Amino acid sequence: MEKEVYSLCFMCSSRCPIKVLVKDGQVKWIEGSPHVAGMEGSLCPRGAAGIALLYDSQRVQSPLIRDGERGSGKWRKAGWDEALDYVAEKLKAVIDQYGGHSVALGERAQLATPVSKTFMKAIQSPNHFTHESVCKGSLNTASRSLFGVSDAQIGIDYKNTKHIILYGRNIFETIEVKGVNGLMDAVERGAKITYIDPRVTVTATKAHRYWRIRPGADLALNYALIHVILKERLYDAEYVDRWVLGLAELQDFVRSFTPEWAEKETGIPSAEIVSLSREVSRDKPAVIFHFGWRASSHLNETYMRRSILILNALMGSVEAAGGLFFKKGPGEVGAKPARALTAQEFPRVDLPRFDQVGTPKFPLPDPGHGVAQMLPSAILNEDPYPLKGLIAFRYDPLFSIPDIRTTKKAFDKLDLIVTIDINYSETAWYSDVILPESTYLERLDCIQQANGLKPQMFLRQPAVTPRHNTREGAVILKEIAERIGTGAYFPYETMEELVRWQLEGTGFSLEDFAAKGFVTYTDRPIFWDRKDGIKFKTPSGKIEFASSLLENAGFESFPECEPVAPPPENQFRLTIGRCALHTHISTQNNPYLNERVSENVLWINTERAAALGIKNKDLVEISSNCGSGKIKAYVTDLIHPEAVFMLHGFGHQAALAARSFDKGLADGILQENVTDMVGGSPALQHSFVSVKRV
Amino acid sequence: MSKYYLFQDRKRCIGCYSCTIACKSNKNLLTGPKPVDIIPIGPTFIDGTPRAAFVLMPCFHCEDPWCVAVCPTGAVQKRTKDGIVFVDHALCIGCKSCMSACPWGAPQWNPETGKVVKCDYCKDRLDAGLKPACATICTTHCLQFGEANETPDVRRERYAREMVGL
Ligand code: SF4
Ligand code: SF4
Ligand code: SF4
Repeated sequence: MEKEVYSLCFMCSSRCPIKVLVKDGQVKWIEGSPHVAGMEGSLCPRGAAGIALLYDSQRVQSPLIRDGERGSGKWRKAGWDEALDYVAEKLKAVIDQYGGHSVALGERAQLATPVSKTFMKAIQSPNHFTHESVCKGSLNTASRSLFGVSDAQIGIDYKNTKHIILYGRNIFETIEVKGVNGLMDAVERGAKITYIDPRVTVTATKAHRYWRIRPGADLALNYALIHVILKERLYDAEYVDRWVLGLAELQDFVRSFTPEWAEKETGIPSAEIVSLSREVSRDKPAVIFHFGWRASSHLNETYMRRSILILNALMGSVEAAGGLFFKKGPGEVGAKPARALTAQEFPRVDLPRFDQVGTPKFPLPDPGHGVAQMLPSAILNEDPYPLKGLIAFRYDPLFSIPDIRTTKKAFDKLDLIVTIDINYSETAWYSDVILPESTYLERLDCIQQANGLKPQMFLRQPAVTPRHNTREGAVILKEIAERIGTGAYFPYETMEELVRWQLEGTGFSLEDFAAKGFVTYTDRPIFWDRKDGIKFKTPSGKIEFASSLLENAGFESFPECEPVAPPPENQFRLTIGRCALHTHISTQNNPYLNERVSENVLWINTERAAALGIKNKDLVEISSNCGSGKIKAYVTDLIHPEAVFMLHGFGHQAALAARSFDKGLADGILQENVTDMVGGSPALQHSFVSVKRV
Repeated sequence: MSKYYLFQDRKRCIGCYSCTIACKSNKNLLTGPKPVDIIPIGPTFIDGTPRAAFVLMPCFHCEDPWCVAVCPTGAVQKRTKDGIVFVDHALCIGCKSCMSACPWGAPQWNPETGKVVKCDYCKDRLDAGLKPACATICTTHCLQFGEANETPDVRRERYAREMVGL
């Protein structure tokens, strides 16, 4: 028996549409959906390794209850009823003693997120948070300060661009398939790539212009670009006059940031800064200053990301073909989105969040995501109140929040840690109970409402039945809810019932997804009229260079730009990043991906290494204020002398994930947990480290 | 020569290894053998600009293949209808002769079966009317597969573009 199933990948967070070939109940082949332009069969290496996840004997195969010290790796297998009863009993005890708000749930924003949010609202806890802050919380805030909507509502029209400027956005190694193909097509038609990074990446090798910038100096560079663009009147004057608030203030502000000043800060020759400004202005508005994904590097991140978005606005590229666009929802064509569980009536919660987001202490980050890295201090200081329970849902706070040692100390104060995951994440390994989730190939998931130039809905459909004793996350949460007395908020027994409930009133049915895996509300891409029709959601209805969001919260729109501190003598700035073969912390144990990249190494500049007596492949000790560890050195000319670099996601300590166990070093051991208090991101590249041969 | 070609447009290749993983996955191979590999060259600075190349190393399905000539059991064969060189696993005794004979290291050792595995242009997929695994999945569509006698313009254009470096 052979069948084809259309579904959505989940080897990273991009959710690429896939076609899965199943024979006799076994997945034989996965490829990108032939029905989606830009995919047409293609998949990135992580997607290609999806079968290996499904058939991996080293993933969690049944519920496990801890049977020794936390982190000792001593588990006993349990049936679902036993494990769920155990979780419910402990959770109930925490809620009865400390209140529902003493429970936090952290997850990777995913298709079942509305279910987790419902779970938390039902127990009257404001403490739902996502991985977002440690990725791009400050970008989210920057985008709202300018456009009134978060960056998640902004799309990028790679295919039609004439020039894209990438700030460490290593687009060809942190692959989103459609985007990569769109950009490749544009390049074949003559588009230019400018790539800015202290380190040479694959993207740098494909770029037309590569600038090896001093680590942390991107903001200075951008102020100089803005300086030139305004001084030489290279901007789209008609667009800016119509849509921008605060141009005069910006003009005053950037007057002193000359290219010559920026040359000293960035190491990029002033003449080149001037020539890029002129070059992009000739291609406007089909220009993309890419706002990035991993926008959590430095303490000034909000202003750095604002400066990128401001450059787009000056080019008139916002809501232009070949630039940025606002994602359109079904409302745009008078249609209805899928129903969300979160639309139900819930009891009111008047307490602040654990991270104090939304209070005067921390007014601006998106409360829809919260700020993950505040978790350790909230637990340790019981500020604003004691936190006693944590549910980690396909998210690994222990490994993704900086300063792992402190996070562990905080976790030791919790009465209950529950992990819902496919793999042994670090948090799972440190949990009291692991509730194993079925992989994306084994489960039906909530509807994906995909807004874009054309609003669409996608569905993750199961290709095979679960191989092990695993369940869907949305069903696991419902089962816990029933046991603690909040089951009424979950009006479904199975995922199919949930999806049918979601689709009610949309005019589409579950069966409509069988043929291609998605449905489209309209065939025509929707661009708003650039003269009059762009619906900026700011109070002024314009792009707010002078931002009411920032200023009402007591922050300046244009604070002084501090020079970038060089590392102290004999130290380096620790920079991190990704490669094409791994997603965050979650894929290192995949047999295929692990075979290609099984550990991380420390990139260090040749001359600096020579001065420290370090040769290629030497084992070195790297240490910061928070901790230290050992890693192999990769001595190279391909990195700026002020920086060292390591891939994120290695140094796993979960012994049952044997392929990745103890391979390489976790960056979180070294990073200090410091936060951009405007936008909400941790400054993951703020820490200085020393390196010595061992 | 084989009837087919597998062309890699190196301007588009990003060295992501999707092709090599798809190949293994399709052949149900665990870690170890890589019937097709990508060899990264660089990055290195050329005229001050960083450049790298990712070179596809499949089997070339030679005209007069040494791997076929040295195989003592006749396991390595050249398919008459289209020139595809493949290993008949029922006949392979794991002597590794083909592995030493092939100048390109194309035949690979599969420790799980104790036999050799090599690129066979996914002949089962071809016979079912599909493209090879690697060319289907390649992230950037830079792998083009086709019949040599119907050389599509796109291949000529891409060769030309690569030669002038644009
Ligand atoms: S395995 Fe080597 S010798 Fe045999 S056909 Fe392929 S490239 Fe030629
Ligand atoms: S054609 Fe098939 S066997 Fe040959 S390299 Fe590509 S995927 Fe592997
Ligand atoms: S999948 Fe395509 S882009 Fe990636 S390495 Fe293979 S040939 Fe290159």
